[in-house]
Amino acid sequence: MTDFLSSRLGVAPGVAELIVALIAAVILITFMLLSAIFFVWLERKVSARIQDRLGPTRVGGKFGWLQTLADGLKLLVKEDIIPTNADHMLFRLGPYIALAGAFLAFVALPFGHKVVAQNMNVAVFYMLAVMSSEVFGVILGGYGSGSKWALFGGMREAAQVVSYEVPRAISVLVPVIVAGTMNLSLIATQQVGGFWNWYVFHDPFTFCAFWTFFTCGTASCKRAPFDLAEAESELVAGFHTEYSGFRWLIFFMAEYGSMFAISGIAVILFLGGWNLGIFPWELSDKIGILGNVINVLVFIVKGWLLVFVMMWVRWTLPRLRIDQVMITCLRYLLPISCVLLLGVSVWQLMLWQVTYSVVRDGQVIHEPILGYANYVLAAACLALVVWAVWKLMKASGTTPIQMMPGAWPALNTPGSPLVPKS
Amino acid sequence: MIPVGLDSYLVLGAVLFVCGALCMAMKRNAIGVLMGVELVLNGANINFVAFARYNRTFQIEGQVFALFVIVMAAAEAAIALAIVLNFYNNHLTVDVDTAEELKG
Amino acid sequence: MDQQAVLFLIIATFTGLSAIAVLVSQNIVRAAVWLLFTLAGTAGVFFLLGADFVAATQLIIYVGGILVLVVFGVMLTAQGPFITMKVGAAEWVIASFVGLLLLGVLVTSLVGAFNFRTPSPEMTSAEKSLSSAELGQVFLGLEGVTPETNLTGLPEGARPAPRQRVSYLLPFEIVSVHLLVVLIGAAYLARAKRRRGAIS
Repeated sequence: MTDFLSSRLGVAPGVAELIVALIAAVILITFMLLSAIFFVWLERKVSARIQDRLGPTRVGGKFGWLQTLADGLKLLVKEDIIPTNADHMLFRLGPYIALAGAFLAFVALPFGHKVVAQNMNVAVFYMLAVMSSEVFGVILGGYGSGSKWALFGGMREAAQVVSYEVPRAISVLVPVIVAGTMNLSLIATQQVGGFWNWYVFHDPFTFCAFWTFFTCGTASCKRAPFDLAEAESELVAGFHTEYSGFRWLIFFMAEYGSMFAISGIAVILFLGGWNLGIFPWELSDKIGILGNVINVLVFIVKGWLLVFVMMWVRWTLPRLRIDQVMITCLRYLLPISCVLLLGVSVWQLMLWQVTYSVVRDGQVIHEPILGYANYVLAAACLALVVWAVWKLMKASGTTPIQMMPGAWPALNTPGSPLVPKS
Repeated sequence: MIPVGLDSYLVLGAVLFVCGALCMAMKRNAIGVLMGVELVLNGANINFVAFARYNRTFQIEGQVFALFVIVMAAAEAAIALAIVLNFYNNHLTVDVDTAEELKG
Repeated sequence: MDQQAVLFLIIATFTGLSAIAVLVSQNIVRAAVWLLFTLAGTAGVFFLLGADFVAATQLIIYVGGILVLVVFGVMLTAQGPFITMKVGAAEWVIASFVGLLLLGVLVTSLVGAFNFRTPSPEMTSAEKSLSSAELGQVFLGLEGVTPETNLTGLPEGARPAPRQRVSYLLPFEIVSVHLLVVLIGAAYLARAKRRRGAIS
């Protein structure tokens, strides 16, 4: 958000900056809360559809739009229970530290061209650093609850989150090396143009770095399949067992906030940020304010899409055990991310070594051969997506439940083997 | 209102340093002593970065030194905790007042 | 600037009070929480001084690494309910006397000793703060951010000697190897062993 508005209104500059900062903070936290409301509804719908049921359909129309508001109201009026053995100060402090860690990351996240609360030169590093202090909310919640299940869950969660920060940071370094800066606005403006300019297609190492970053990001958000904190069959609910009502809501706001922050980083670093990928210009320069609005919308939709993928993965894959979680981090993701870091450094160094010469405008210009790798990768990914969509459209429309013997007869699908032929 | 100058930051660094030194001297829990060490290092870091900001000659050295101090503090905290764990495994307590086998 | 003063007052009071709370607190887990606030406050001071990279490093290493390690250590070395190891009242009196004396010595020697009143480059906006690319180039000695000055502290009458541009690559490599050694050493020291009985 541009921060030189109030200076023109004759207000003292210090107070003006404070007012602008307050407005930016209010907008960011409103966006975070609205996103969280949307995500709760989305999670219930996605989980329902994957489990072959419908999800909320009653509150607020046919699709249950207002279900989250009803949930929120319920949580607000719930009784606030603090266990007797709990350390009162730490029990109360835990959720707010987690929320602070998740919210502070949004300060450096650019939503569009020059639409950022604070344009920092080390934006991506700052976001990772601030989200790493969220683990303290988990620890305090686990310890402060005064119950050993919460303590165990909290310690396991803390070990997992802290371990996955290392390959996450190394995977973030890969596109930063390609971009040459840690400034998220600059990285996104470098990916202007067609979608083949996106860094995910830039070279095979960055392509793999996207997947490792997404995996590590999912793990450090404590999402499935790494969600031991919510392992109902093992630890009741891990570190937030004893939290009810509003405090539980704060923990979940923090989790959805950090999910969107991780998706936002992935979108800017790998998926072209706010660029649509179709037009070769920067929209806000061409069309002004409308371009800014389109940029912000594109960014938000891309972020929500990645969060949807996180939810999709959650309800598809089974949960990993704690030793499997640590093995995945230490024996697979960490060496893979180190190899990717080495690979992308070598790629960037070799980029200008392997060249061919063309004569353009009477001058001999050296073009790097490896610079065309992004077209190859982009074409390959596009072909893969088109093939997958074509195969999906050819698949039959019956769900597995409808094909099981003895199941309820399919009511609305003619041609299904279970509809009685009349 | 006193304008914020270099002195304010140095005083803040001194306060942190004194708190850390007293922690190291007074705490009976070995991990409390470690917390004191961290406070001392943070006080020194504030001094470094304040000088980096207020003196043109040290504009980059101050931040580089602060970075090195942070990294070395991490290394030292890891080793200190390993030693404390060893002590706990041998004595079943982390009270530094009981660590007097080499006394006398 | 007035805004700087207000922000500094808030953050410095927060940091200072948290540091005093670490000292005073009897429960070790609460002391760890106050240490968390102190470290976060120090990161805020770094942000205020325009050192973004150092502040982010402080957060990620100190808060996200060292403090988690400390809390894990606290949990692992707990014996039953945290036996709050109390310190006698006489020790408190002596300690506060010595502490105030030390603080007095430090403050009187620091205040007014240096002539730097105003921040040198006007680094109030984020664009002016040192980016990671510049830091990297200075680390490699490729580009000196520090302005060319002469060495200070030379004896009277000596020729003014210009400062050489240094690269920080060697200390960086030494620190990397040091970290590796510490990693291996700590893992070896803290390996699981058979626990002997308590030595009273």
